Amino acid sequence: MSATAHAQVEGHDDDHGHHHKETFVTKYIFSTDHKMISKQYLITGLIMGTIGIAMSILFRMQLAWPGESFPIFEAVLGKWAPGGVMDADIYLALVTIHGTIMVFFVLTAGLSGTFSNLLIPLQIGARDMASGFLNMVSYWLFFLSSVIMLCSLFVEAGPAAAGWTIYPPLSALPMAQPGSGMGMTLWLVSMAIFIASSLLGSLNYIVTVINLRTKGMSMTRLPLTIWAFFVTAIIGVVSFPVLLSAALLLIMDRSFGTSFFLSDIFIQGEVLHYQGGSPVLYEHLFWFLGHPEVYIVLLPALGITSEVMSTNARKPIFGYRAMIASIIAIAFLSTIVWGHHMFISGMNPFLGSVFTFTTLLIAIPSAVKSFNYITTLWKGNLQLNPAMLFSIGLVSTFITGGLTGIVLGDSTLDINVHDTYFVIAHFHLVMGISALYGLFAGVYHWFPKMFEGKMMNKNLGYIHFWITAVCAYGVFFPMHFVGMAGVPRRYYENTAFPMFDELTDVQVLMTVFAIIAAAAQLVFLYNFISSIFYGKKGSLNPWKSNTLEWTTPHEHFHGNWHGPIPEVHRWAYDYSKVDANGEYVIPGQDYIPQTVALQDGEEEMHH
Amino acid sequence: MTTLLTLAVLVLVAVAIWQMTKIFELSQLKTEDSQVANDEDNKYNGYLLFAFLIFIYGITIFSFWKYTKVLLPTAGSAHGAEYDSLMLVSFVIIFIVQTLTQALLHYFGYKYRGKKGNKALFYADNDKLEFIWTIIPVIVLAGLILWGLYTWTEIMDINDEDDPIIVELYAQQFNWTARYAGADNVLGGANVRMIDIDNANILGLDESDSYGADDILVKELHLPVGRKVNFKMRSQDVLHSAYMPHFRAQMNCVPGMITEFSFTPITTTAEMRLDPDVVDKVKRTNAIRAKRAAKGEENSDPWEFDYILLCNKICGKSHYNMQMKIIVETEEEYNEWLKGQQTFKQTVASVQ
Repeated sequence: MSATAHAQVEGHDDDHGHHHKETFVTKYIFSTDHKMISKQYLITGLIMGTIGIAMSILFRMQLAWPGESFPIFEAVLGKWAPGGVMDADIYLALVTIHGTIMVFFVLTAGLSGTFSNLLIPLQIGARDMASGFLNMVSYWLFFLSSVIMLCSLFVEAGPAAAGWTIYPPLSALPMAQPGSGMGMTLWLVSMAIFIASSLLGSLNYIVTVINLRTKGMSMTRLPLTIWAFFVTAIIGVVSFPVLLSAALLLIMDRSFGTSFFLSDIFIQGEVLHYQGGSPVLYEHLFWFLGHPEVYIVLLPALGITSEVMSTNARKPIFGYRAMIASIIAIAFLSTIVWGHHMFISGMNPFLGSVFTFTTLLIAIPSAVKSFNYITTLWKGNLQLNPAMLFSIGLVSTFITGGLTGIVLGDSTLDINVHDTYFVIAHFHLVMGISALYGLFAGVYHWFPKMFEGKMMNKNLGYIHFWITAVCAYGVFFPMHFVGMAGVPRRYYENTAFPMFDELTDVQVLMTVFAIIAAAAQLVFLYNFISSIFYGKKGSLNPWKSNTLEWTTPHEHFHGNWHGPIPEVHRWAYDYSKVDANGEYVIPGQDYIPQTVALQDGEEEMHH
Repeated sequence: MTTLLTLAVLVLVAVAIWQMTKIFELSQLKTEDSQVANDEDNKYNGYLLFAFLIFIYGITIFSFWKYTKVLLPTAGSAHGAEYDSLMLVSFVIIFIVQTLTQALLHYFGYKYRGKKGNKALFYADNDKLEFIWTIIPVIVLAGLILWGLYTWTEIMDINDEDDPIIVELYAQQFNWTARYAGADNVLGGANVRMIDIDNANILGLDESDSYGADDILVKELHLPVGRKVNFKMRSQDVLHSAYMPHFRAQMNCVPGMITEFSFTPITTTAEMRLDPDVVDKVKRTNAIRAKRAAKGEENSDPWEFDYILLCNKICGKSHYNMQMKIIVETEEEYNEWLKGQQTFKQTVASVQ
């Protein structure tokens, strides 16, 4: 297989010179080059992320100082904050859109879209994706869905406000809440387009990884980043279509009077005609994607961490094969655990038992991954670059957040913490913060590859990391206690219950941390933008890494390598490898790029 | 209190910024233009990783010291004790693992911070180690799964043994209604299509069903202590969730179907008000409310502990204020109260 692939790319190489006539439009807008598409994904993702985080600050202020008037509310929310006091409907809209944007637009497209596009061709040794055109279509569909989602914020009755899971009937009936009118229609249209975009992207990633690996790049020589993107794409292809069906059926219920999810409804003084549908069916369909989605978000972040950590520890990743096995095990299990979101939804309790079992099983590969990361640090020569710090931070929050999953995955314990702030604390740490750290690690590490050798400022990177790390725990650690005190999520204010009065202090603490954390992201944005223009150029391989992307030249052109694609002779993790005398295999250099042939008497690992 | 917390945060941030600027200055001194970490960066960030470990422990201890008191009091239901001990054991395991792994992670980060000339150990694999840390989670989780499933099956086994009271919890935007099955302890048939608000048939009871005639509709849930209650949940519009945190009980209310939950209350409201944790909580809360009253703010009446039913599934604008009071009392008090309520038949008759 790889021999044929190689022959093809050699052939491609001959007419390579013809690709250079590019206009502004083909280069920067409708580009089919994976590097440009990856930058488009990243920048769109960062813009969406800025909006999503800003929203979270608004509703955190409302939670800490309920009912108080803030000029900023009036400035940003306009008629939804009369006199500067946030309206209850817009509060729900803010949490809904925050969740949607962060999960889908930032952590799915912004993270996986960016780095799958950038790294798959570069790290497997391909000139581009299998289909550059589909790749371009994928980005522009994503862009379109982002625009529609943002447009929905300006709808007269307000944007979707039924929670990011948009459970019907609340999301299906415009009379149930104002956000379920035009706002929800746009939400559904936007998501349907997003799913199409995601599928096109995923299929492309899968085909590229299977078919376009360079000579010598066997599956067991792939960097773990590629394994993670590859498996993520497979989960996406398996589960996203199910969300599309849920969205389509919901659109039918809303617009064409069908009863897939609705039955026996009496609202605002009248009985509706719906008969025989079930909201529980929607929950099944939604979470059949919704849970794998967590891993679609997380696996790329873990893949990035594996690569960044190994490079910066100057050590091979510990347990390469176990890491691959864990990725596959997590992917498989992730598709059969969705029911743990539904223990108390009214589904048969026996199903709850089954889902508890599969859910707690998924803790095992996750534990293996964590231990392997820790062992990778052991006896390393750690280069604490910002990307490395974010990777260590990821492992930290992944463990902290993952452990509380033991509580939530247990159907019994879930009864009393379900839909409370305990859940919010859990998933923000384990998938929100962890995946964001993965995104940041990726940006700091591969910035030179994206922007022609320019590097981000490391000191600003350190400031960014440390403030974010402290504040992330500051927000989400105390939040577990709020949840265990019984405070439900998606409450506009907790003042209707005197039993929550004494929790206002905690809310204030969390909000202060959240505001500081958001401010720290401005440091990142400044660093990112200024480095694009004024960043200092580093060497071709600034982190002294083994993988193929660092063998490409600084300047970007379609095809990645001048001349033939390099051949691969070893796995990606020969860091600090020594010969029988205890000397580095290549004298004076603690890394051996994948393109270096095996030396005399050198033993190859793992094949 | 708030100011103290804010101050603590500000101090922490100040320390962080001070450390940052130090690193910044130190790296500025050397006129090295590379943006790759050098020994100096490794050193300071290594120390910071160690400091961060202390911060994680610190915030853990702080949260426990400060916030343990806000947690829910002892469970008021029979299955609650089992729930609480499973929770406790899970948390003990979680904290052992958390403390150890965070220590290793950050200590390694500090200990093995890079230095020019240091050699990392080429250590790619160890089947034995990996086997150990696969098998330990397997065993621990197997224990937790078995215990959890056993308890789950017990809790969710809703049957008619021990002569339970049958109560319907009926949810709508944005309030609750409870329906008692009356003298025959059988709920009359109902469907939203039979709702007739003008004739006081607000829950859509089937008026031709004789079981429904003695049903009792109320806006405050009264339960006799020590008697099993089988709840049947219904919703008329959107999803709601009947959440009774003090009883470790929750179940969604789904339009188009009847969901169930069952528990036995074991502590009366009066007894619960004497529970030392609850007494303290009420004291603290009323201190806050007294302060508000002094400032002339709203929502400042003194509070007395009550069990409560909350809506815990997003249901629209007033989701945050969809509640019903629950009163657990002795069998006699309960019977007394029940006698004072109108049956469905009487209500309909009085309207007509």
